[in-house]
Amino acid sequence: MREIPVAKIVETVKGLCIEAACNLPEDVEELIKKSQGKEESEFGKYIFEQIIDNIKLARNEERPMCQDTGITVVYLELGQDVHITGGSLTAAIYEGVRQGYQEGYLRKSVVDDPVFLRKNTGDNTPAVIHTEVVTGEHLKIMIVPKGAGSENMGALKMLKPSDGIEGIKDFILKTVREAGGNPCPPIIVGVGIGGTMEKATMLAKKSLTRKAGEHNPDANYKALEEELLEKINLSGIGPQGLGGRVTALAVNIEAFPTHIATLPVAVNLNCHASRHSEAIL
Amino acid sequence: MAGIKKVTTPISEEQIRDLKAGDRVAISGVIYTGRDAAHKNLVNLLAEGKPLPLELENQIIYYVGPTPAKPGQAIGSCGPTTSGRMDAYAPLLIKLGLKGMIGKGPRNAKVISAMKEHGAVYFAAIGGAAAVIAQSVKKAEVIAFPELGPEAIHRLEVEDFPCIVAIDSEGNDLYVSGLEQYRLS
Repeated sequence: MREIPVAKIVETVKGLCIEAACNLPEDVEELIKKSQGKEESEFGKYIFEQIIDNIKLARNEERPMCQDTGITVVYLELGQDVHITGGSLTAAIYEGVRQGYQEGYLRKSVVDDPVFLRKNTGDNTPAVIHTEVVTGEHLKIMIVPKGAGSENMGALKMLKPSDGIEGIKDFILKTVREAGGNPCPPIIVGVGIGGTMEKATMLAKKSLTRKAGEHNPDANYKALEEELLEKINLSGIGPQGLGGRVTALAVNIEAFPTHIATLPVAVNLNCHASRHSEAIL
Repeated sequence: MAGIKKVTTPISEEQIRDLKAGDRVAISGVIYTGRDAAHKNLVNLLAEGKPLPLELENQIIYYVGPTPAKPGQAIGSCGPTTSGRMDAYAPLLIKLGLKGMIGKGPRNAKVISAMKEHGAVYFAAIGGAAAVIAQSVKKAEVIAFPELGPEAIHRLEVEDFPCIVAIDSEGNDLYVSGLEQYRLS
């Protein structure tokens, strides 16, 4: 058994929050640059240039790429032989978020009650934490700040098994078309298929953290990802929705076994700034 | 894409008429920030018959909630937020003299109709280019609703703030025409 003190977790989460907001993963940057050459519209080309300048400026000056530094989604992979010492794991994550958003000059974008008060909590807490317990002696922490512009455009549909692959495609394409310019295209389209209602949405969100440029290892899903990306890019929505060839950079599909009577499909969209950072303790 | 048109605030009727969907523009002068909560407050004040904390006549509102400024910066990162969430409030403000809005994403029919009726323009800034955009903001101060934090109304002094005319005062809409131009299915 290995001990990990909460102070170490606070420090790590704090650093990861700042890094995620200011330093876009290089694989995402590469994917953006690769897609830039496919754009034909004048505005589209101009927008790509601005996006790439922005990535560099944010990284070099440690400024947030986007003013919406998100609600903080935290993925934990907790080894079952780890013992967290000195306090609560959840409290340590919140404290890391609090310090990161304060010291990193990130925007505090969380309101306490979603309906009646909607008062800003002032420190971007609470975070949304997903924990998976695995074998081993490590704690992996991934921080995904999620902005609302793209989050608001996501959707879930409980399809019937008879709706099949065509039903899935129609739903994904409809969701992207209706989102139009709102989620800051060029977007990454996260798709979760199967499981239950909540499992599908979890898969869709987690798929957004996949290494840019990689496909689902299953040949059928890989083909579906490629077909959907091509179809989405025929939509004409283009960068920022002002018309063009590149509406999406990638379609990432994750699947999970499901019940004999159902076919859940969730779509979670991400803007071009697909931010995430991770560390292993 | 032709040259870049200069726009100065307060924006004149003549400038409004000259701006066409698809023009690239550089805005200089004073603009005001406002997003969800600030718009709700403004509309509530109007409903109660109370004065507004800013003059809307010939002004531009930028839909943004910036990150906090680091020491030495005028403002933090400050790209546009999704404008559609302000559609419920915009027609009333346009009726009261607001001439320009800066944001991202399409607007609904009611907003476009108010823009045509009263002569207003909707500019698109690039969503996600928030650090680049911040370079055109020279000064920022909170003038209303400080309790809203990032959603407070700020008075910004800007120089060559880059954007694109997305919907003009005749109702021409780049979100429709641009998509049609490149749509293949």
